[in-house]
Amino acid sequence: MKREIVKFLILALLVLVVPLLLKGGYLMNVLVFVGINTMLAVALNLLLGFAGQISLGHAAFFGIGAYCSGILTATFGLNPWHAMAVAACAGTVLAFVVGFPILKLKGHYLAMATLGLGIIVYIVFNEAVNLTGGPSGLSGIPNLSVGKTVFDSDTKNYYLIWGFTLATILLSLNLAHSRIGRALRAIHDSEVAARVMGVNARLLKVRIFALSAFISAVAGSLYAHTMTFLSPASFGFNFSVELVTMVVIGGLGSIYGSLFGAVLLTLLPEMLRTFQDYDIVVYGLILILMTMFMPGGLVRGIPAMIGAVSARRGNGGNEHA
Amino acid sequence: MMTKRLRLLSAVLMVLFCCNAALAASTIKIGALFSVTGPAAFLGEPERNTAQMLVNEINKAGGVKGQKLELVAYDTGGDATKAVQLATKLIKDDKVAAIIGPSTTGESMAVIPVAEKDQVPLISCAAGIKITEPVKKWVFKTAQNDTLAVARIFEYLQKHKVSKVAILTVSDGFGASGREQLKAQAGKYGIQILIDDTFGPKDTDMTAQLTKIRGSQAQAIICWGTNPGPAIVAKNARQLGIKIPLYMSHGVSSKKFIELAGNAAEGIRLPSGKVIVADLLPKSDPQRKSLMAFVQDYQKHYKVEGDHFGGHAWDAVMLLKGAIERGGTTPATIRDQLEKTKNYHGIGGTFTYSPADHAGLTKDAFVLVEVKNKDWVLVK
Repeated sequence: MKREIVKFLILALLVLVVPLLLKGGYLMNVLVFVGINTMLAVALNLLLGFAGQISLGHAAFFGIGAYCSGILTATFGLNPWHAMAVAACAGTVLAFVVGFPILKLKGHYLAMATLGLGIIVYIVFNEAVNLTGGPSGLSGIPNLSVGKTVFDSDTKNYYLIWGFTLATILLSLNLAHSRIGRALRAIHDSEVAARVMGVNARLLKVRIFALSAFISAVAGSLYAHTMTFLSPASFGFNFSVELVTMVVIGGLGSIYGSLFGAVLLTLLPEMLRTFQDYDIVVYGLILILMTMFMPGGLVRGIPAMIGAVSARRGNGGNEHA
Repeated sequence: MMTKRLRLLSAVLMVLFCCNAALAASTIKIGALFSVTGPAAFLGEPERNTAQMLVNEINKAGGVKGQKLELVAYDTGGDATKAVQLATKLIKDDKVAAIIGPSTTGESMAVIPVAEKDQVPLISCAAGIKITEPVKKWVFKTAQNDTLAVARIFEYLQKHKVSKVAILTVSDGFGASGREQLKAQAGKYGIQILIDDTFGPKDTDMTAQLTKIRGSQAQAIICWGTNPGPAIVAKNARQLGIKIPLYMSHGVSSKKFIELAGNAAEGIRLPSGKVIVADLLPKSDPQRKSLMAFVQDYQKHYKVEGDHFGGHAWDAVMLLKGAIERGGTTPATIRDQLEKTKNYHGIGGTFTYSPADHAGLTKDAFVLVEVKNKDWVLVK
């Protein structure tokens, strides 16, 4: 437990120090989105990595959070913080309502149901032109503010969003090490066995789905207030898949894994910009190689690799001796 | 010996540094955001190609007032989040004096707050009317408003006593904007919209919508979209034996559409920028010179015909060139000079910006064309 606290404190310190090293600039802007993606990846990991329930429609909850916040503030002039609360509730309620029927499904069928949910929500964003502004988007969303401080620069937004991200990570770590976390892992391995042990599997699955949706909706609301503009294209199927990729590349069932996955997948395209037209090819190649050689994700793959290298060195030394 | 060499080396380096600084002082950096990949690649690719080609040529001819231009172009993949990140990169890291693009209305709307906050002029290549209406201090655009295209069609219909139409629009930014304008302007021209239907950007069959239209009293169909949807509409209409005339938007005014629709394209009319009929224009047309230069240049460099999408980027670069020639050097002075642009005869039309108008075009920007024998002809 103590090691967990130290790890978290190191992360928090890193988050505080990074902006001082970067001194503003464009990377700050990217790091803001890294924070939002981390929240989403951690939220999805609770469902996918811990409870073992796939969702191919998580961009829907992200989008609902964003559009709720956006519409309430830009069209109806609500206070952004109040709008965020409403947005978070909307995401959670939707998850509860659809969670009960669809979480009965397993495997491919659950994947299809969540996929359907994602597509339906995306179509609503596109077609409800009067409300969402349709494909040409919703603009004029205000920034968040506390007292006289308006979060209108990348640096301010960075601290705001990473504050939320750290809170999400802390909450998820706590959950993972609690009785609920253990129950979730039991469901992951065998739902029948878990139920025999007295775990209310059905309710727990819905609750974790709702929690995941809650975090995603908050992330959506933060996205809306930092971007100040929304268009449906940001909440499509592609983004849902990207989130799943972040979780898998990072390492299923590891909170820090999701952090690494989100950081890598958000920063990688920026690093690859030097390849110009071929960046997508290189990006794809890297992902393929990673899934081939690190099937357990970054958090397990990198220590294993270091272990293998040091072991080989050790062996080499012995032979020479 | 060693020290002497070192001294020589440092002297050489110093000279090089000075040269470098001198060079840097006489280049003006222009940022560009185009969706070269992704669903809007049909816009972004010709735009980036054109911008690069034109900047190279301007530099070869000695630059603008002795200053070379440098184009820093990024691909947004059609994603609004990415467009915002890259706009920030252009402003903060590359320190550009102005930005051209993005290619789509959605991305442009997302980038506008960044340009406004950091005070860098933005010349969007997207058509959406929201971009420059209401007028934003730092934002201009080169693509023709949908309003003008709609007006061209309705004028023609009114002249030929057509009063009942069916509209069929694609459910993306382009179609939504067109649909809004069609509905808003119909009354002014005494036109009644009997059927108002949409199709998805990836749909492969529009028979259902067209069957509904066939059963109505409509005297014409107006379809608003970008390839490939409208080509499918044309084919389906032909298959269903629909005899009433079909009108399209400027979104399909490229040879690609005729290729996709094949025989079904015959007889279709649409409003278009003048670029596709450049060689048919009368010698007296003020845009003719720019148009011919663009079309021939593009053909020479990329072996395909230049379309009006590339034209948007051409106009954006030329407008910037004009602003720099008139004395703009910093983002603020370039903006002020852009606003003073008068009668620039470009690809999209004749531009005249003013503090109240950052779109700069009139409906003369459009001509009505018809497909005949797999080519375009002007409709009188």
